[in-house]
Amino acid sequence: MQADISPQEGQELLVRLINNELPDTHGRYGPFGGCYAPETLVPALGRLAREIEKYLNDDDFMAHLDQQLRTWVGRPTPLTHATELGRRWGAEVYLKREDLAHTGAHKINNALGQALLAKEMGAKRVIAETGAGQHGVATAAACARVGIPCTVYMGAVDIKRQAPNVDRMYQLGAEVVAVESGDKTLRAAIDEAFRNWVADPHSSYYLLGSAVGPHPYPYLVQRLQAVIGTEAREQMLAQAGALADVAVACVGGGSNAIGLFHPLLGDAETELLGIEAGGHGPALGDNSATLATGKPGVLHGSYSMLLYDDDGQIQETHSVSAGLDYPGVGPEHSLLKSIGRVSYRSATDAEALDALQECCAAEGILPALESSHAFAGAREWAKHNPGKRILIGLSGRGDKDMPTLSQHIPARIARGNVGAAKGGRA
Amino acid sequence: MKQSSNHLPRDRVSAALTAAPAAGRPALVPFITAGYPDKDAFIKTLKQIAVAGDVIEVGVPFSDPMADGVTIQRSSHAAIAAGVSLRWILQELTAAGDVGAPIILMSYLNPLLAYGFDRLATDCLPAGVCGFIVPDLPWEESEEFRAALNKQGLALVQLVTPATPDDRLEMLCRGSQGFVYAVTITGITGGDVELPAEVTAYLDTVKSHTDLPVCAGFGVRHPDQVRRIGQHATGVIVGSALVERLEAGEDPSDFLAALTAV
Repeated sequence: MQADISPQEGQELLVRLINNELPDTHGRYGPFGGCYAPETLVPALGRLAREIEKYLNDDDFMAHLDQQLRTWVGRPTPLTHATELGRRWGAEVYLKREDLAHTGAHKINNALGQALLAKEMGAKRVIAETGAGQHGVATAAACARVGIPCTVYMGAVDIKRQAPNVDRMYQLGAEVVAVESGDKTLRAAIDEAFRNWVADPHSSYYLLGSAVGPHPYPYLVQRLQAVIGTEAREQMLAQAGALADVAVACVGGGSNAIGLFHPLLGDAETELLGIEAGGHGPALGDNSATLATGKPGVLHGSYSMLLYDDDGQIQETHSVSAGLDYPGVGPEHSLLKSIGRVSYRSATDAEALDALQECCAAEGILPALESSHAFAGAREWAKHNPGKRILIGLSGRGDKDMPTLSQHIPARIARGNVGAAKGGRA
Repeated sequence: MKQSSNHLPRDRVSAALTAAPAAGRPALVPFITAGYPDKDAFIKTLKQIAVAGDVIEVGVPFSDPMADGVTIQRSSHAAIAAGVSLRWILQELTAAGDVGAPIILMSYLNPLLAYGFDRLATDCLPAGVCGFIVPDLPWEESEEFRAALNKQGLALVQLVTPATPDDRLEMLCRGSQGFVYAVTITGITGGDVELPAEVTAYLDTVKSHTDLPVCAGFGVRHPDQVRRIGQHATGVIVGSALVERLEAGEDPSDFLAALTAV
């Protein structure tokens, strides 16, 4: 299979992407995408594609979704002018506040839309995977709201590092299943969710959380997340009086990034910058910077950039942020990289942690570790492009990361004069 | 085994499977994960299971076997850790010569992509590999791989399932080569399938769509299952149950012989 695209083909593909003519009828974004699913799921995926066409073009369904987004999710989320970060970086910085959406991250946009779709399709139960737990929490909440039972698959490693979210899923009524196979992170959780869906493709609905997977998932997730970029674009014009010079988002599977970028693809004056997880460093296995160091391959149902060895075995990855710790990336991102419309760079664990602390101190906002990668990337970009308008996708809040943060950055508690209270010894 | 030289590799598979019912028993396709549980015993194990097996399905281990249950997940991860790769498998098979039965490789797509389709098809011939089963390569995405295999006369076996609609079943049966792989259950490998009337009726339907042999797999473990399936299909594929015997250190010959004993 060939992933080479000539500059002229690239231009044509970009125009088609902007005109919403991609993916094509085969689920392809140029060479990327497709539907590499087990035979048992092929009819179910075909049905899903037909139902998406029906409901996403149905005025009543879309009006109901919009009303739920406003009154239950809390959309539109604000655009915050980050004045102190701007002062420090020598830039004009705006934050698209998905951390203020219900359940604390952009994941709810997709989870709610798909849960409503599942209900319309008559699904008896919803299954989902989760990495950082944000998609699991969002799915649990959306399923409770819509009224469908829900099972969430989560890697055993992630259960440990995102413990607060596991409890939240449980409280919201979801059944959480620990995945002990494979690398015990997001990738193994997706494997297991697929296995479960294969066993019951008729009455289960697989609510995939990222812009990955077999067609039509990357398209569905992009459509439901595009609300981020659509709102941000209007808010930039209203609050900053102009479009951003650059829009920056973190990229794991790439759902928040595609949501922010897709509506901005036609704004030639806006540079788009995706930040992957640089982990400990550039060596294979030390990061999850798929677009920077991967090659085209097939995992979880689509042909896209992927981290694998000479034998085709998928690589173990590393990132301090569970949500970015994934060896693949959505097919639309692979196309956007190939045609040069989006630049992809990476930020290391240390840079992300540093950016997180800076955002806390400067703006009084605790971003998720995932989102902190976007801050690190934006700060680096600002160094080379002084005085510009920067739009950052703040995809989620960092409360869920407290176990990890406490490990890396132990709290320094000021010591009161305990001895004095007892009137005792010095 | 002797084959006339004008037979394409994929025809060797069909012929070997059809010979079994002609001899009054269901055809048997044992599956093992290559190099598991003992990498050094790979060829020896193949020769052992070829005594009872009419065609052998060799699993190329993959890091993310999303259509497989716990047994094949475990065997795949252990084989990768032991250094088993597609390249190693082809080298071993080439060095071994005829192991006693035609070989079909079961592999997820990415190891095949990494190897390169055309080079892979060429390297299959001296290794005695006659075709492929690729669980994450549905018909619509398979044109390029099929073209590479066709050049060497190799089979790409299509899987059909109880969830496959009739028109699709017709298309897959027409497109399959070597045999048609009838998945007995809506699910992953490694279970224990009951055989209600729906399943036997489904196997009859699959058979009515094709002149190729039809082999039923997923969840086949016991002689009585094999007997019942044998009345509605050419043969059975036995995977997880055999891998579990090998894990326990048992000689696979007795287990396989018992499966098809009349």
